[in-house]
Amino acid sequence: MIFNIPYIAVAALILLGLYALIFKRNLIKMVIGITLIESGVNLFLITLGYRKESIAPIYTSSPGGVMAFPVPQALTLTSIVIGVAVIALMLSLVMHIYRHYGTLDVRKVRRLKE
Amino acid sequence: MNVPDYTVALVVAVPLLGAFLTPLVGRINDKLRNIFVIIVLALNAFLVFLLASDVLTTGIKTYVFGAKDLTYPIVRILFEVDAMSIFMAIISSILVTVAVIYSWSFMKENTGLDKYYSLILLLTAGMLGMVLTGDMFNFFVFLEISSIASCALIAFWTNKGESVEAGFKYIVISAMGALFVLFAIALLYGQYNALNIALLSSVIQYTFLDKIALVLLIVALAMKAGIVPMHMWLPDSYGSAPSSISIILVSATLASLYGVFRVIFTLYGNVLSKIANFGIPVNVFIGWLIVALAVISILIGVIMALIQTDFKRLIAYGAVAELGYMFLGIGTGIVALGTAYGKTALDGGIFHIMNDALDVGLLFLVAGAIYYATKETSLDKLGGLARNMKYTTVFFIIGFLAVAGMPPLNGFASKLLIYESTFQLNPILAIVAILCSILLLAVFVKVFYSAFMGPQLPKFKDVKEVPKSMLFSMGIIACIIVIFGLFPEFIINNLVEPAANALIGYSEYISQVVVGGI
Repeated sequence: MIFNIPYIAVAALILLGLYALIFKRNLIKMVIGITLIESGVNLFLITLGYRKESIAPIYTSSPGGVMAFPVPQALTLTSIVIGVAVIALMLSLVMHIYRHYGTLDVRKVRRLKE
Repeated sequence: MNVPDYTVALVVAVPLLGAFLTPLVGRINDKLRNIFVIIVLALNAFLVFLLASDVLTTGIKTYVFGAKDLTYPIVRILFEVDAMSIFMAIISSILVTVAVIYSWSFMKENTGLDKYYSLILLLTAGMLGMVLTGDMFNFFVFLEISSIASCALIAFWTNKGESVEAGFKYIVISAMGALFVLFAIALLYGQYNALNIALLSSVIQYTFLDKIALVLLIVALAMKAGIVPMHMWLPDSYGSAPSSISIILVSATLASLYGVFRVIFTLYGNVLSKIANFGIPVNVFIGWLIVALAVISILIGVIMALIQTDFKRLIAYGAVAELGYMFLGIGTGIVALGTAYGKTALDGGIFHIMNDALDVGLLFLVAGAIYYATKETSLDKLGGLARNMKYTTVFFIIGFLAVAGMPPLNGFASKLLIYESTFQLNPILAIVAILCSILLLAVFVKVFYSAFMGPQLPKFKDVKEVPKSMLFSMGIIACIIVIFGLFPEFIINNLVEPAANALIGYSEYISQVVVGGI
């Protein structure tokens, strides 16, 4: 049971993120929602590579024993880097939106009609 | 013709390197930078065509980044190029090259053009990477590169509230979609310890987790492709971006569409046809789902296009309808896999991918030309432009007749294939498709009348024809449209048929990597 906690955390993070993305009216909170989903997915990748009592996968100075699988960690690093770029772009767009509309409320940011 | 294996890598590497060199060249001279970008893209298009001639004659080509031998742990990325990938790569490289030539005059008065061209080259690298890669995680990385670059380009006119708003919508949609894709990749990776598409599809079992991954992949990629229940971002971003960007976005959208097909046909191709729920094979079920979405897309796209008053948004809704036609052809192909008309439908759907990119692209360029000349996109305020803009009018006529599927233009060639094959699946589908084509014609005739015909408006008295680079790029696309319309057989036999065979023949895609021991 104890080993399932990371997976529960993954589900909780992704659902919280989706909730924030769908129901929150503030643009910054939507950005936070995306960040939460991203953390959830990253945690999922890391958890997949972990084995019971494993150590960090550094081959040159390994004391022996089970090592965590390194590939998911590499994937996560890439995903984090991409995530930073996305979040930075989103926040800069939020800044521009605030400059044009004077508000961060999604209900008022709608010059694009149907 | 044989080319060395590293051509595959160069196709992605050349625009990527060009993207980072562009700001440096831009410091010297603006004109030099424009020439540099065009040369990079022309070189890239040349490489794509070389690769195409090789792939179409000798079959699938692979290139391995990283470990060449199979000692554990295998750290490597594999590019796998088959006829379908190269078909999409050709579309992307044609559209991007044309868009850059068009930008020369169209974006002349803007500042920050170094960044603009860098982003275009990055977007090109992202799109080409998406269609050429044979690795799921690498696909995700290129998906993110292309979405970040296209978002920044949509919001390029930051002095307009609308552009920024559309850019934000786009980045939210694509960031969420890409994270779903990553989650699905993690689900697959956790079960099969593989990221390679061919390897995955040879071992995939269709467990409960695989079903979740399938749903996540299709939903996320279809959302990025702009199929109807998830199309709301598409008119906004196509309509608010600069016109030269709208045409590149068309091909970025089509790269996501390619992702949908790759997932259905190759990644899950092995299992979907063999497993049945309630007596119906799963792929028939998915095929019908796609057909249903396609019909809704066509209907909504055309109906929404009828009521638009903004030129570019109208074209964008037309693009949604056109996406519906592609999905209709390919969905019919999945439902009737193995029959003769199923093959025809698949051919039609794939051929329509190229035709739609060209036709809708040309219309966007015309809309951009009108905006350039009059600074106006609202159809209510335009009128009588045919008097001053003769060439643009001709290009618009070619574009809208091609979109509406009139002979002898290319839209007719692919739509005819779709009509005749869907008729054999279910006549109602063909009737809806034909009726909506006629409606689309009506929509564009209305546009033609309100923008180009009628009395000359006093405020447009001094409107001049657009500069040569814009006319030239519109002319290129118009020529391709007419040539494809006159000789559709040539394209179908040489490009479309191999692509359709590559989609159906997933076993070849798999064996190239798994059995071939690459």
